[in-house]
Amino acid sequence: MASLSETVGVADPTEQDYLWTLNFGPQHPATHTTLRIVLKLDGERVVDAIPDIGYLHSGFEKIGEHLDYNQYVTVTDRMNYISPMANNVAWHHAVETLAGIEITPRCKYVRVIVAELARISDHLLSTGAMGLDVGAFTFFLYAFYMREKIYDIFETLCGARFTNSYTRVGGVMHDITPLVIEKIRSFLDEAPKTFGDMQRLVNRNRIFIDRMKGVGVLTQEEAVRYCATGPVARASGVTRDLRKDEPYLAYEDFDFDVCCARAGDCFARYYVRMAEMLESVSIVQQALENLPAGPIDVGPEDRMALPTKEQVYQTIEGTITHFELTMSNRGFEVPNDESYAAIESPNGELGFYLVGDGSDVAYRARCRPPSFIHFSVFPYLIRGHTLSDVVAVLGSLNIIAAELDR
Amino acid sequence: MKSDDPAIRWIEEPKLGMAGKTYLSLFVHGMTTTVKHLTKSVAGKDVTVSYPDEEPQIGNPLIYRGVHRLNKDQQGRVKCVACFLCATACPAHCIDILADESPWPDREKYPESFTIDELRCIYCGMCEEACPVDAIELTSLYNLTGRSREEMIFDKEKLLSVFDETIETEQMKSADLGGTV
Repeated sequence: MASLSETVGVADPTEQDYLWTLNFGPQHPATHTTLRIVLKLDGERVVDAIPDIGYLHSGFEKIGEHLDYNQYVTVTDRMNYISPMANNVAWHHAVETLAGIEITPRCKYVRVIVAELARISDHLLSTGAMGLDVGAFTFFLYAFYMREKIYDIFETLCGARFTNSYTRVGGVMHDITPLVIEKIRSFLDEAPKTFGDMQRLVNRNRIFIDRMKGVGVLTQEEAVRYCATGPVARASGVTRDLRKDEPYLAYEDFDFDVCCARAGDCFARYYVRMAEMLESVSIVQQALENLPAGPIDVGPEDRMALPTKEQVYQTIEGTITHFELTMSNRGFEVPNDESYAAIESPNGELGFYLVGDGSDVAYRARCRPPSFIHFSVFPYLIRGHTLSDVVAVLGSLNIIAAELDR
Repeated sequence: MKSDDPAIRWIEEPKLGMAGKTYLSLFVHGMTTTVKHLTKSVAGKDVTVSYPDEEPQIGNPLIYRGVHRLNKDQQGRVKCVACFLCATACPAHCIDILADESPWPDREKYPESFTIDELRCIYCGMCEEACPVDAIELTSLYNLTGRSREEMIFDKEKLLSVFDETIETEQMKSADLGGTV
């Protein structure tokens, strides 16, 4: 507490009896979801903040012990609902690591494409909503129009705009069609222009910079100490990106940069996200150019991926495999083993720790959610700043309540 | 990664300079962008779809996951053989089937009742994926409404009537894939 008094110039909070307690949330327009922060205020200055989670507890991890490896993907959609595709990819990446399945090259590329599109859509929303919270409404509208385009692509690809449930064990739901590729290409042409428009509005806007710069500074040591990942850590100078450090899927094939900044404040986090979107556009472009031909699923031989409808209708092996995989007492066979696999989701490291017990349902499906870790950094970031900075810091951390509580 | 890795791009924040500090010139800069978008939308390139006067375009009606239908074969009988695969695959447990001995010679079972709770359904499409005879399909009807919970529990007749409504615009998927028609 001594350091707190020195840095923000207030007396030891424990000795003060005039502190004002303010409940921020659970229903506040700037929290975007149901999360609650108990703020201790000295005038307008935040002396302490106590994050309180549990308002959106849905028992996702417990459901993971009851739904099979394919069915659970519908739950991961609802975990981080602003980038559901990345969650789908993360879940089945973990399942395939546990079961030791090597997916086809085409499937890897398609998963990279959807995961990177999910990253763009997440960053558009998180930076847009952060702008909205500090007063840049037009900025948000430009961002959301681009996000609508990504919804459109996902709807054409898998039939749902929001709850995609796209991946399956050993493959994906539908192969990518020429129509989707055409839509992605037109999106890739348009997206950098919109990023330019967004940046022209706020990048050198003094009001925006005054709200962002120097607010919520996370130093490199603290970022490492709090286990921050993703754009939050990279904005603080932590050079870690799972796509480069532990390449999964087909990320080794692509040429892209990891965007880092040193300042560690809200503006740096915003800026890293904007730069990452351009990198994602380039990754999707490369993936589309080099999209390998061949099957999208691993095929029914190993009894892990559902056979195609042709195989079900025309061959007896296909029909039998199809029935066995769907029936609850036959299903997938996974080893009695445990594994952890993570991907670089838009928000940071999103991992699943899975314990298999031989059946088609996981014994334990633990999720490492980036938002939960970032929310624990929040009190550290906000101490000493004013009440109006709460929304800026929250927005720059991109807290998703459904992921906090699981 | 090491911090001097060539794949790392260190981002420099923009310098504000004199223009930024005086604020006004960059205000004009931002307004120009806004006005550019404004003229575009005045010229008729607006992005808003005025639903319900205007229907949004569905990307691929064959893939879209909307309201269910139960398919009929050429003789107008329900195609379902009451194998319960869709009910097993459903993560939301919204399908309820009662099987009975089939009155037709070409199969053993048929669904005496087939109920889907459309409110419980999460429209994931796993029933369609699980169906071995292409009997249950998701259509591209997305604007499903009802005034009561009971109304939203679709029985066999209702699901078959969705088929009659949509078969003109959406063909059954099985024909090209070698399934029964």
